[in-house]
Amino acid sequence: MSVSLVYTAAGIILFLLGTYGLVAYAHLLRKILAANIMGSGVFMVFIAVAGRTPGAPDPVPHAMVLTGIVVTVAFTSVALALAVRIARTSNRAHLPGRDEEQR
Amino acid sequence: MTPGLLLLFDLLLPAVLLWLAWRSLTSSDLFRAVILFIAFSLLLALAWVRMEAPDVALAEAAIGAGVTGALLLVALARIESAAGRRLSPSARWRSAALVLTGTALLAAAAGLLWSLRLLPTMPGGLGPLVDRHLAESGVDHPVTAVLLNFRGYDTLLEVGVLLLAAIAIWCLDEAVPFLQQPLESQLLTGFNRMMLPILLLSSGYLLWLGSHAPGGAFQAASLLAAGMLLALFSGASLPAQWSGLPLRLLLVLGFFAFLAAAIIGPLTGRALLHYPPAWEKPLILLVEWLLTLSIALILTAAVIGGRPTGSRLYPPPSSPSAEGRRQ
Repeated sequence: MSVSLVYTAAGIILFLLGTYGLVAYAHLLRKILAANIMGSGVFMVFIAVAGRTPGAPDPVPHAMVLTGIVVTVAFTSVALALAVRIARTSNRAHLPGRDEEQR
Repeated sequence: MTPGLLLLFDLLLPAVLLWLAWRSLTSSDLFRAVILFIAFSLLLALAWVRMEAPDVALAEAAIGAGVTGALLLVALARIESAAGRRLSPSARWRSAALVLTGTALLAAAAGLLWSLRLLPTMPGGLGPLVDRHLAESGVDHPVTAVLLNFRGYDTLLEVGVLLLAAIAIWCLDEAVPFLQQPLESQLLTGFNRMMLPILLLSSGYLLWLGSHAPGGAFQAASLLAAGMLLALFSGASLPAQWSGLPLRLLLVLGFFAFLAAAIIGPLTGRALLHYPPAWEKPLILLVEWLLTLSIALILTAAVIGGRPTGSRLYPPPSSPSAEGRRQ
C-alpha cells in the first residue's frame, strides 16, 4: 500500500514539474519534453493506483496506459513536425512574442 | 530482495526519476535535455516493472524511450540547423508571473496529494471481472484481452490517432534527406547485419507472445520500427516504386483490417467489435499482425518527418556534395 502511495506522489510531482517546464520555457522542443513528462506523471499515478489492490494488479489501467503511451508518441511526432516546420519557416525555435525574453 | 533493500529501491527510484525530469527541463543544453529525457523514460520502464506492469514497461522502453528518443534527436538536429544552435537561457520571470505560477502549482500539489487520502479502497478493481471473462476473449493474457477484445474501441481509435498523426506530418512537409551525408561506417554496417534479423525475429516473437504473456502488437511494432530506423541510419531508402500507392496502402492496412474485424459483429447480429465465438483467436492474431506492420511503418514515417515526393526514393538519398552540419 505505502509503495503505491510513494509512486502516486512521485507521479503528481512529475506532472507539476512538467507543467512548470511547459509554462517557463519558450523553446518549442523544451515544451514538448515538458508535456511528455506531464504525461508520464499521469501514467505513474494511474499505474500506482492500479497496483493498490491486493493480489494481481488491475489489467484495465495497464491497457489504458499502453494506449496512452502510443497516443503520446503520436502527439509528440506531430508536435515535433510542427516545431521543425516553424523553425524552417521563421528561423526561430519559439513562438512569436517571446523574442524579448529569449534573446 | 529483502524488504529493506526493496524499500531503499522504492525511495531511490522515484527520487532519481524526479531528478532526471528536473534536469531534463532545466539543463541549458537541449541535446543534454533530450538525452536526460531518454534516460528518464528508461528508468520509468523500470518503475513500471516494479509496479508489476511488464506490458507497460515494454511499451515504455520501446516506444517512450526508443521511438520518442529518435524522434526528438532527429527533430532537434533539424530545428537547430534551421533556427541556429543556442543554449536556452534559464527561465526569466516577471515577479507577478512567478508568484502566480508558483501559487497555482503549489496549490495543485497540495490538493492532489491531499486527495490521495480520499481514494476508495476497492478490492480488486476490474481485475476479477477481466479474469472471469478471459476464456471468452480468445487470448490468455489479460492485458491483450482488454486491449483487443474487451476495450477494442480504445485500440481501434488509438490506431486511428497514429494514422492521423502520420497524415498530419505528411501534410506539413516533404521528406528531406534523412542523413546530411552518407554514413560510411563499417561498424554500423556490421551491426545492422547482425541486428536486423534479430530485431525481426524478436518482433515476431513479442507479437506471438502477446496472446499469453506481456507483449503484443505495439511492442512488436516498435521493435520493427527500430529495425527500419537502423536501416535508415545506414542510408537505406524505400525504392521509388514502393513509395507511392503501396506505401500508403501499407500505412492504412492495419487500421482498416481492424475496422473490418470490428464490423463483422454488426453484420452477424452482434455489437460492434464483438467477434464471432471460435473466430476470436485467429481474428485477433490476424489483426495484430497487420497492425504491427502498419504501426511500424507509421512510426518510421513519423521519424522521417515528411511525405514522399513524386516517384522518388523515400526518404530521398543525401547528395554526397551536401555539407554535413555535424562532422
